[in-house]
Amino acid sequence: MTPKPETVELIREKALWMRRTAFGMVHKAQLGHPGGDFSAIDILATLYFGVMRYDSARPQWEDRDRFVMSKGHATGALYTALCAAGYFPESWLQTYMQPRSMLNGHPNRNYLPGVETNTGPLGHGFPVATGIAIAGQLTGAEYRTFVLTGDGEQQEGSNWEAAMTASFRKLENLTLIIDRNRLQQGQSTEVTSGMDPMDDKYRAFGFEVAMVDGHDVGALLEVLSASPKGRGKPLCVIANTVKGKGVSFMENQAKWHHAVPDDALYAQAMKELV
Amino acid sequence: MAHDGPVSAGLHDCRNAWVETLEALAAEDERIVAVVNDSTGSSKLGGFQKKFPDRLINVGIAEQLMVGVGAGLANGGRIPFVSAASCFLTGRSLEQVKADVAYANFNVKLVGQSSGVAYGELGATHHSIEDFAWLRPLTNITVIAPADAWETAEAVKWAAAHEGPVYLRLSRMPVPNLDVPGRVFTAGKAELVRSGSDVTVIACGTTVHLAAEAADKLADKGLSVRVLNMATINPLDEAAVLAAARETGAIVTVEEASVRGGLGGAVAELTAGECPVPVERLGFPGFVPTGSTEWLFEEFGLSVPGISAAVRKVLDRVKR
Repeated sequence: MTPKPETVELIREKALWMRRTAFGMVHKAQLGHPGGDFSAIDILATLYFGVMRYDSARPQWEDRDRFVMSKGHATGALYTALCAAGYFPESWLQTYMQPRSMLNGHPNRNYLPGVETNTGPLGHGFPVATGIAIAGQLTGAEYRTFVLTGDGEQQEGSNWEAAMTASFRKLENLTLIIDRNRLQQGQSTEVTSGMDPMDDKYRAFGFEVAMVDGHDVGALLEVLSASPKGRGKPLCVIANTVKGKGVSFMENQAKWHHAVPDDALYAQAMKELV
Repeated sequence: MAHDGPVSAGLHDCRNAWVETLEALAAEDERIVAVVNDSTGSSKLGGFQKKFPDRLINVGIAEQLMVGVGAGLANGGRIPFVSAASCFLTGRSLEQVKADVAYANFNVKLVGQSSGVAYGELGATHHSIEDFAWLRPLTNITVIAPADAWETAEAVKWAAAHEGPVYLRLSRMPVPNLDVPGRVFTAGKAELVRSGSDVTVIACGTTVHLAAEAADKLADKGLSVRVLNMATINPLDEAAVLAAARETGAIVTVEEASVRGGLGGAVAELTAGECPVPVERLGFPGFVPTGSTEWLFEEFGLSVPGISAAVRKVLDRVKR
């Protein structure tokens, strides 16, 4: 199904606001993980403004679609998405990383509505999402479960435990999205512990696999919106992305995993993010 | 289904109480599910599986996933009892227990089977004597080591009704039911097993009946020994510990666990700050040798003579 142009436009607008706002949070706090925020933001914007069914006024609504942010360090992306989705007021974003803020460096479900589980240590989100999907399968619930991991994060063995069970139990209501920006915190994934070919790995584990440009909102919408009914297997979306996407000096630079901007770089980024 | 009866006259394998109670609760509440790591048999969940085949979720030999799936099932409105050998449940998946269950504060019940030195001969990899020390700092988790079959059943019922993370530490070692009249299980509260004023023995799990027997023997020799069943290790019943310290002036702790960071550690931390009295801690000093459960209990003083000797030792310290 071809996505509606107005949906694509809305998602792009939200993504632009998320990038500008997230970078402002990182600039103010002088802490954060902007490179991974920016590789993931188009994916989150697509999920929250084009794919998922949820009601931010009822964060515990039983039949809500779930999004699990396994790469929990990318809070700039997650918090701006949840804020834009209406889970909490924009003023809360100003407290990012401050003492006793509800906006931790990593998300806490007990602090923030809309956070499905606490993440931070890598390799936790996919197993938890698998449990959520099993609960939905058991009860015949309509909800879908989406989990986003980093690509370097796939080096954690717990992901492959989850992959085996998700496939074995035919969890068609589960979608794994891998933010394939090819950089982990120090260097390329491929010179650390090579991940390629990821698509073959997940196919071998019994997943349906789709490779998309993780910044092409139309392509993301198409693959993520497709009904999972009858697929009979979980879906793995490998989203090829650019770490730091949208800001010239950050793009594809490993150091921007957790570098932070000074005033001049922040101003430059704001000029580029229009 | 027919479960194993008493192992020998008056002794019970508490796992029978665990599964009978769980099956009864599950029949009433469809939200209750069990999650295992190929541990259906050792958890005695075969009957549960027959009655509720869809609700026994075996993730295979994958403990990190097992605990993560437990958290996810709780997110999806289920009440998961995640049951596995406690050495793997708490050791292999400790970060999942910390982040996904305790810190996230999901309504997950972790059930550690064959805890302590139940797998004595299999060596320290399969002993679970560190679990108290690992889980005590995870403040959201209620940690309960039931003393007998009756208390196991009560603890399972309580865990199912309680909203929040729980660790039930079960044993496969046959134990007698405690001879305490009018028992009521209250999580977080010590149970008075024997009244006494000279010294207090605080025990949990498989060692409580030994403490009671030691107290009875010492009573014959004129010593008045208070015995507390501290089934709940976390949160600790601080009032009961401090009352024991003030009223009896000396404490012996007994646990089928490391003496570092468990029940003894908790009691020592509290009394050191609030009411310093001599405390003797009985348990295992660290990795222990291979041997049967019974041999390890005898060797490390988790026995009537061992507890009696510790009582005399702590009373000697009071006199000095």
